[in-house]
Formats: sequence, structure tokens, C-alpha cells
Amino acid sequence: MSTATFAQWLVSALIVIGGSFALIGSWGLVRLPSLMERLHGPTKATTLGLGALLVASVAWFHLARGTWTTHELLVSVFLFMTAPISANMIAKVHLHRLRQHEPTAPAGPAGTPAPPPGGVDWATHEVPHRGTPGDFVGD
Amino acid sequence: MIEGALAFGFAALGLALAMNLWRLFKGPGVADRILALDTMVINAIGLIVLIGIASDSATAFEAALLLAMVGFVGTVAYAKFLLRGDIIE
Repeated sequence: MSTATFAQWLVSALIVIGGSFALIGSWGLVRLPSLMERLHGPTKATTLGLGALLVASVAWFHLARGTWTTHELLVSVFLFMTAPISANMIAKVHLHRLRQHEPTAPAGPAGTPAPPPGGVDWATHEVPHRGTPGDFVGD
Repeated sequence: MIEGALAFGFAALGLALAMNLWRLFKGPGVADRILALDTMVINAIGLIVLIGIASDSATAFEAALLLAMVGFVGTVAYAKFLLRGDIIE
């Protein structure tokens, strides 16, 4: 198998995998019943699909055009670093809204989170209280 | 063969963007809308990467990199505003 044929096979397979993962992730965003479940689709499937597309781009420009580009690797490194942070922030907004009893947001299969022990509340809005798990000063 | 794969990729990402748009309009919570916008940014980056492969130009990746950075900052700004009532304290 020549290098050009191999490059075509590899890049085609990676593009199909990436497109399928992006589609499945967005389908999960539409289909799943509550936000905590909907977070799974985009943050895992879509990011993985985009990773496959970026690898396809690197392979295409390296194998078929002979140029080595690192922009795609930068994009993937940046996305894989930021996707968990943005998912965490969105989950915190969801918890905060649940605590404020926003009527339109379904809580999810686990329901509204139980209050933490010690007579304090989850720190989605306030700074962590002394002696709670988020309080690094009191450790 | 690569043309077929690119057509499939464009179709899949276009459909994914349409589904994100549906979730953006439907809601129901404000966190769902932030998540839909975040996913739309990720799918748009995938579309730009596919356009870069299809048109054989490396200039598309500057746009992809910019969108990756600005999309994250936008998501965090929305979430911070809802959590704290302020973006930069």
C-alpha cells in the first residue's frame, strides 16, 4: 500500500469517527432528560470526536502535503484542558439553580443534592466554610 | 474516498449543530443553554478543521485556535456571572 493510499484511508477513517462522535454527543444533548446527564454527551463524546478530527488534520497535512503543523495539537491540548473546567462550571450553575429552586430545571436521577454535614451549604455561591471539604485553610 | 468522508463529516457536524440549536432554544434551564452554546463552539471548531482539510489551507486553524480560546472564556463568563453576579471580581 502506497503512502498516499494509506493517508487517504487513515484520514477518511478518522474523519468518519470524529463526525460520528460529534453527532452522538449532540444527540445525547438532545435526548437525555436532565442537565447532569446531558453534560456527559458534549463533554466526552464531542471532545473525543473533535480530537479525532484534529488528528485527521495533522495526518492529512503531514502525509499528503508533507508539511508539519502544530496548530491542531495546540487546539486539542487547549480543548482537553478546558473541557473539564467548563463542564464543572456548568454543573455548579445547575446546582446553584437547584438550590434557588428554579422550577424549570429537572434535578436528574439523583435528585437535589443532600446538604453537606455540619449545618452549612454547598459552596456554589459562597466561599467555603471553615471545616467543610472545600476549605483548604482549615485542613 | 476522502471526499466521501468529508461529506459525511460535514453532514454529521451540521446535524449536530442543528441539534445544539434545538437545545439552545428549548432550554429548559439556563445551564442547558450555556451547555448548548459550549457544544456549538466545539462543533464549529470541528467544522472549521474539516473546511481546512477540504480547502487545503492552513489559515483555517488560526480561526479554530481563536474559537477554542474565546469559547472557553465565554462559557466561564456565563457561568461566573450566574454564580457570582459578576464576571471579574
